[in-house]
Amino acid sequence: MEALFATTTGILAASGLYLALRGRTFPVVVGLTLLSYAVNLFLFSTGGLTTDGAAVISDGAGKYADPLPQALVLTAIVIGFAMTAFSVILAMRVRGDVGSDHVNGNRVDEPREDKS
Amino acid sequence: MSLLLIVLLPLLGSLLPLLSSNQRRHQCALLTAAMPLIALLVTLRETPGVLAGEVPRLAFSWVPALGLDLALRLDGLSLLFVLLILGIGLLIILYARHYLAEADNMPRFYAYLMLFMTSMLGIVMADNLILLWMFWELTSLSSFLLIGFWSHQSAARKGARMALAVTGMGGLALLAGFILIGQIVGSFDMQTVLDSRDVILADPRYLPALLLVLLGAFTKSAQFPFQFWLPQAMAAPTPVSAFLHSATMVKAGVFLLARLHPALAGSQEWLYLVSLTGLVTMLFGAYFALIKLDLKTILAYSTVSHLGLITMLFGLNSQMAVVAGLFHILNHATFKAALFMTAGIVDHECGTRDIRKLKGLWRYMPMTTALATITAASMAGFPLLNGFLSKEMMLAETLETPLLGGLAWLIPALATIGSILAAAYSLRYVRNTFFDGNRPRELEKTPHEAPFPLRLPVLVLAIVCIVIGLFPAFTATGLLTAAADAALTMPAPELHLSIWHGFNLPLLMSAIALIGGLLVYALRQHLFTFHRQFPSRDSLAIFEGAVQRLIRFTQWAIDTLENGSLQRYMLWVVISALVVSGMSLMGIETLKGELAIQKADPLLIVGAAITCFAGLATAFLHRRRLISLIMLSVVGLMASLAFARFSAPDLALTQLAVEVVTVILLMLALFFLPQKTPKESSASRIVRDVLMAAGFGGVVASLNYALLTRPLNSISDYFLEHSVPGGGGHNVVNVILVDFRGFDTLGEITVLCIAGIGIYKLLNRLRLFMPSSDSEGRPWSPDRYPMILASVSQSLLPMALLVSVFIFLRGHNAPGGGFIAGLVTAVALILMYIAHGVEWAQQRLSFQYQPIAVAGVAIAALTGVGSWVFGYPFLTSAFGHFHIPLIGDVELATAMLFDLGVYLTVVGATLMILANLGKVTTSHRPSKQKEKA
Repeated sequence: MEALFATTTGILAASGLYLALRGRTFPVVVGLTLLSYAVNLFLFSTGGLTTDGAAVISDGAGKYADPLPQALVLTAIVIGFAMTAFSVILAMRVRGDVGSDHVNGNRVDEPREDKS
Repeated sequence: MSLLLIVLLPLLGSLLPLLSSNQRRHQCALLTAAMPLIALLVTLRETPGVLAGEVPRLAFSWVPALGLDLALRLDGLSLLFVLLILGIGLLIILYARHYLAEADNMPRFYAYLMLFMTSMLGIVMADNLILLWMFWELTSLSSFLLIGFWSHQSAARKGARMALAVTGMGGLALLAGFILIGQIVGSFDMQTVLDSRDVILADPRYLPALLLVLLGAFTKSAQFPFQFWLPQAMAAPTPVSAFLHSATMVKAGVFLLARLHPALAGSQEWLYLVSLTGLVTMLFGAYFALIKLDLKTILAYSTVSHLGLITMLFGLNSQMAVVAGLFHILNHATFKAALFMTAGIVDHECGTRDIRKLKGLWRYMPMTTALATITAASMAGFPLLNGFLSKEMMLAETLETPLLGGLAWLIPALATIGSILAAAYSLRYVRNTFFDGNRPRELEKTPHEAPFPLRLPVLVLAIVCIVIGLFPAFTATGLLTAAADAALTMPAPELHLSIWHGFNLPLLMSAIALIGGLLVYALRQHLFTFHRQFPSRDSLAIFEGAVQRLIRFTQWAIDTLENGSLQRYMLWVVISALVVSGMSLMGIETLKGELAIQKADPLLIVGAAITCFAGLATAFLHRRRLISLIMLSVVGLMASLAFARFSAPDLALTQLAVEVVTVILLMLALFFLPQKTPKESSASRIVRDVLMAAGFGGVVASLNYALLTRPLNSISDYFLEHSVPGGGGHNVVNVILVDFRGFDTLGEITVLCIAGIGIYKLLNRLRLFMPSSDSEGRPWSPDRYPMILASVSQSLLPMALLVSVFIFLRGHNAPGGGFIAGLVTAVALILMYIAHGVEWAQQRLSFQYQPIAVAGVAIAALTGVGSWVFGYPFLTSAFGHFHIPLIGDVELATAMLFDLGVYLTVVGATLMILANLGKVTTSHRPSKQKEKA
């Protein structure tokens, strides 16, 4: 199970990084989102993988999932959304102002979808 | 207190000239002179005490953490220098008043000069190593301003830059040396350091400390091989050269040697390094002083030579040599400052300093000629003048030294050669300029005698030269003995200064020097011819070349590393991360730790397979952006399931809600961005990136596996134990968020709010190209708001809001809380926008989202502040602090309020982002679309 989890995290991280190294803004944003999923899973797993752990404190509960990584990851998810939103809207703004969606701001003659 | 006055009055004096205007030059000079004059009187009042052996000291703690104290002392050594600095400084003020041209900004000049004087006084009176260093750097800075005073001249700018670079570099080395000494001794206090010679010399760090300190001293005092900056600094106005480059700043280096003599001298390293450097510098400087053509450059090289002489004396590890060195500091300051001023007079009255153009000036300026002759004779070591006395002491000391063992005779021989050269260049300076022929040729001005005020400072110094030369025992012994006592930290050897010591070897050497000098001068043309065989080297050009090469190199490095490609920066970051984490992974013995492996069930395997597939598909299909996005959402949902599977319901709920808003956001964004990514990466680039990504994924996976198979030592047990009794909640995750680590959460919602506001501003007046069809050219459906979605969403809204309230309320004790509830509310409202369009939703949801988000942060922060009211630290949970007889609900009160802040921030920020982005779709809609609708 551990190996399976680690492999999944690794593959997500690799896919995310590959996208983050692309030249256009949208794939980079998607890549960063993917990377943040991988990082969240990774961080979450630092507390160990608990199956059938109790979610809330009760007298009869045997084991609990480590709450600290959960708290960290919970805020990380929300912040990650804010970051994704900020970067994608920055990308839109750049496209509006510079006229290019290349991360380096290269002006390339991109075919416009609508010639009207 | 008077010590502080001596240093601070000139500092005050640096402001006074600025009060005066450039036109009222008398007033300006008087204002400037006032403060140093008072400081000099204060010093003179202290003098009898110091000569009697008292050492007034004063100390305030300044920055104790750095070992920096505002500590001053006035021992004999300081006194000698303070008198030189203030006395010659006052003469320079007078001289500069008449030297500077109308166009020069006199108040500014005086302000710089006073600043320099302050820093110089600080050096010589500092009773703390760090304080000394601070003033040392101040002299470098203020001399930079002074050398570059005529900033319209390229030579002045370059000379100033070179001086700053060399002495500044030396200053840094000095700081390092001082820190080493401070570590060896355990204190930066001067007296403690001076008393710790045995400890310092025995320490293995002695040699590096010595080298660093000497580097500082040698750069400042223009010792070989750092002598090159001093001649270039001659681009400064002559009063600056007379003050800085003869009497004061260049003396800071030799002062340091004298000051630290008790602490550092006495070793073989000191003997060889210091005395041989001094000897080489003396000969080097003397030779070039004989060769050069510019009057000030000649004097600059002679200064280099004399500084070498003083350095050599301090290096000889002999008490009497230290006395001789101190005496020569005094004598050199007097005759060299005077000589610089005569060079300035010649420049001022003739318009040139080129020795080839000048001759026979005695007809025009007899008084100046007389003064220059007297002071140059002193420099040559002519009897009855002060230069003779210290030079003879120097020659006597070289005879005594054990340096070089069997070859010890070399030292006096070389010293004599140095003296021969000194006599020759002194003669050349005077004879070629003032005598030798009838009339100067090709002068820009007709020369005439300088006005009396310009000659007065020279006259004073020349008189000092003669008086000390004639009555050394009466005038100099007291001061010198006091200075030597301080420089040796023991009673100096009995001093018998007199003109006549009988016929002895030093006297013979002096005679040889004078006669030899005459001979060398007579045969100088042969020397010039000889020198012409060497290619001329301009130190300024070499230095500037080096600077330019450095600039080109850095520019090249910047262009190579920082070429403006964000992809490349990203790559560098990833490579560094890979190297660092790869290294630590290599450090562990086996990847698998000691924990037992849990068995994977089939459902888990399927889930993992789907996640991996979707992740890879997101990457590989990235050029078809919509499909890639859908794959991304699959990964998000699978992550949510994974959280649920591994007993983290809070995370699963959050991930699910965030996934919804993320996908909506990206879909909206995609509407405005190209639907497809053009194929532009080269094959090699793709291979590189795939390899990089694979390596990264491999490291992440290995790290994760290694972590998962090792036992963890978590602090979570504390949270689990204290959640109910300490935080009053059964959902530990929520209690951590709103109570234990509430401060973190406050920071996070602040970030969220800032991101929302940033996006709001980014979207402000954003003009975007609005596609009227999709990438295949199909026009968007005119039926923009499907009926079913509209009616279902409307009936769902109250339910969704109810659920979010429920999730919010139960958050402290069951999965839920402000974050999740906020996201649910946001999603419910967003659904309204999607189903009915922005206009419809805006009519009904007429409030602004920005204030909601800000209010959320404010509520959370005020909740934290509230605990101050009750005398508890920021964000202390109110649980247990209130003793109201209502149990249960009250203990949750503040944490709940804090969570409400979180809730409002999340709702506000999410809607601020999405609703504002949605608005862009309406405001600039193309006209064609409107017609269709």
